[in-house]
Amino acid sequence: MGELRLMKGNEAIAEAAIRAGVDAYYGYPITPQSEILEYLMQERPEERTGMVVLQAESEIASINMVYGAAGAGKMTMTSSSSPGMSLMQEGISYIAGAELPCLLVNVVRGGPGLGTIQPSQADYFQSTKGGGHGDYRLIVLAPSSVQEMSDFVKLGFELAFKYRNPALIQSDGAIGQMMEKVELFDQQPRLTMDQLYEKYGSWATLGHKRNDRRIITSLELESARQEQFNFKLQAKYKAISENEVRYESIMCDDADYIFVAYGTSARICQKSIQLGRAKGLKLGLLRPITLWPYPTAPLQELAKRVKGFLAVEMSAGQMVEDVRLAVGNQIKVEHYGRFGGMIPSPEEVLHVMEENIIKGTK
Amino acid sequence: MNIEDIIKPENLVFKKTGLLTEKPLSYCPGCGHGVAHRLVMEVIEEMGIEEKTIGIAPVGCSVLAYEFMNIDMQQAAHGRAPAVATGVKRVLPDHFVFTYQGDGDLAAIGTAETIHACNRGENITIIFINNGIYGMTGGQMAPTTLPGMRSSTSPYGRDVASMGHPLKMTELVAHLPGTCYVARHAVHTPANVTKTKKSIRKAFEYQRDKKGLSFVEIVSNCNSGWKMTPVDSNQWMEENMFPFYPLGVIKDIDAKTK
Repeated sequence: MGELRLMKGNEAIAEAAIRAGVDAYYGYPITPQSEILEYLMQERPEERTGMVVLQAESEIASINMVYGAAGAGKMTMTSSSSPGMSLMQEGISYIAGAELPCLLVNVVRGGPGLGTIQPSQADYFQSTKGGGHGDYRLIVLAPSSVQEMSDFVKLGFELAFKYRNPALIQSDGAIGQMMEKVELFDQQPRLTMDQLYEKYGSWATLGHKRNDRRIITSLELESARQEQFNFKLQAKYKAISENEVRYESIMCDDADYIFVAYGTSARICQKSIQLGRAKGLKLGLLRPITLWPYPTAPLQELAKRVKGFLAVEMSAGQMVEDVRLAVGNQIKVEHYGRFGGMIPSPEEVLHVMEENIIKGTK
Repeated sequence: MNIEDIIKPENLVFKKTGLLTEKPLSYCPGCGHGVAHRLVMEVIEEMGIEEKTIGIAPVGCSVLAYEFMNIDMQQAAHGRAPAVATGVKRVLPDHFVFTYQGDGDLAAIGTAETIHACNRGENITIIFINNGIYGMTGGQMAPTTLPGMRSSTSPYGRDVASMGHPLKMTELVAHLPGTCYVARHAVHTPANVTKTKKSIRKAFEYQRDKKGLSFVEIVSNCNSGWKMTPVDSNQWMEENMFPFYPLGVIKDIDAKTK
């Protein structure tokens, strides 16, 4: 068993980054995720593992520093919260276009605009449907515990390097700020230069001989070739969709009604299920762990036998569109959300399930 | 005498460096970019650092610099080259990293990245081509366009009262403690080419010695954008650009004081 600690979600991400053997973190302070950069600076990772930690002048600079270091084949990450992530979208599009592996973390707060510093899930569209320009996808992991904040750092990098694609941990202010017990994984060594050349030298700009050099770019001016490149990207996204869907199914086996929720909302729905089951209601939860690729197939399986779905999100209804895309109009799908930094209570969520889904489908 | 009698190895007095690819340059005939590319690549070849140098291309006329410079290259988003270079250099501190940027890229959209990379003293080299115009997009006003100078977005001349003043980035970054070497040159005459190459060499040597950020501006013509012949544009550059952007070494932390 690994080392047990009581930590904030943000701290768990930072500690996991050091332990995962990350080479560089570039970031800029923004509430509610500043503890990531603070923890890293406090820990002196340059002494623990040789990891580079740099506070940039803006999120725009951070993400472009990530581009540079990721282009050199290094394990590179940044983190921010909603307004900062908006600033990064240009760079994220370039990173996706240049097919660079890296890990991004969004500890989501309420919006739009400067919004609020309280938890929210209103960046689902931005994270899963694009955000920046062009046809690209991020691999999006949604932790619902401090434990998963730590675990998904490792998983995110594994997937990012496996597919040479940026991965994103989509958290929220509640998971970032709350403290829970976390089992930390053991320290992984950082790659040596020789290992880097061997593993990623085929594409990374680590320095090469003339006429056998590496170029990191997202530019292809000739349309026919740009289309071919887009076909290649789409083939990669298809492979990710087929192989990397992750979800958790909680008490769905005998359930008549299903909550669909991720992150903090999923934690709330678990309590709602307890309260509902105490009243004899057969409730379950389908918790997407990957927001992209979305767990469409398990929802379609459930749709064959359950009576309705309630998508619970701290947004005005974003993920619910993917639930509807999955199950169509054959079955009742509704959304319940609080936003602007408000978090729904388990009782409130259960009430909506009873009034809006169960009553109409009995 | 046949031409074959003249072109013999022993008669060669100049040869294109192998660190420029065989791809024909995409620059307009008469433009200074070609010479600037060559000088940077010659310095890298002569210092023997080609296998540990990573160049960062900008957005602008030199967006395709990575097609011509025969070393590892990254292409950055518009204005972000100093941030990309920072990202590379911090994880490869013993490699050489340089950016090659135009005035729109470095002095307008990338001002923050430029100033902060300079101020942090990132151990990189910035090569800054200043021709006072956005060449790639068709000759619009740049941050360095001179007062009264015509461009497609200042068709009656740059009116500083409404369009602001040209920005002297090179003097500005020379004030920052993170820069170790700051110079401004030109490449339109053999004498100037020699001076420019010396400065580029010094910039990379300072990077090798980890002295901080070295910054070399090259004031260049843009005969297409200025709508002049190459010869006229060079003359116009001497008469108008040089008085506003004076040539010379502006800062050298190792200069011997008399």
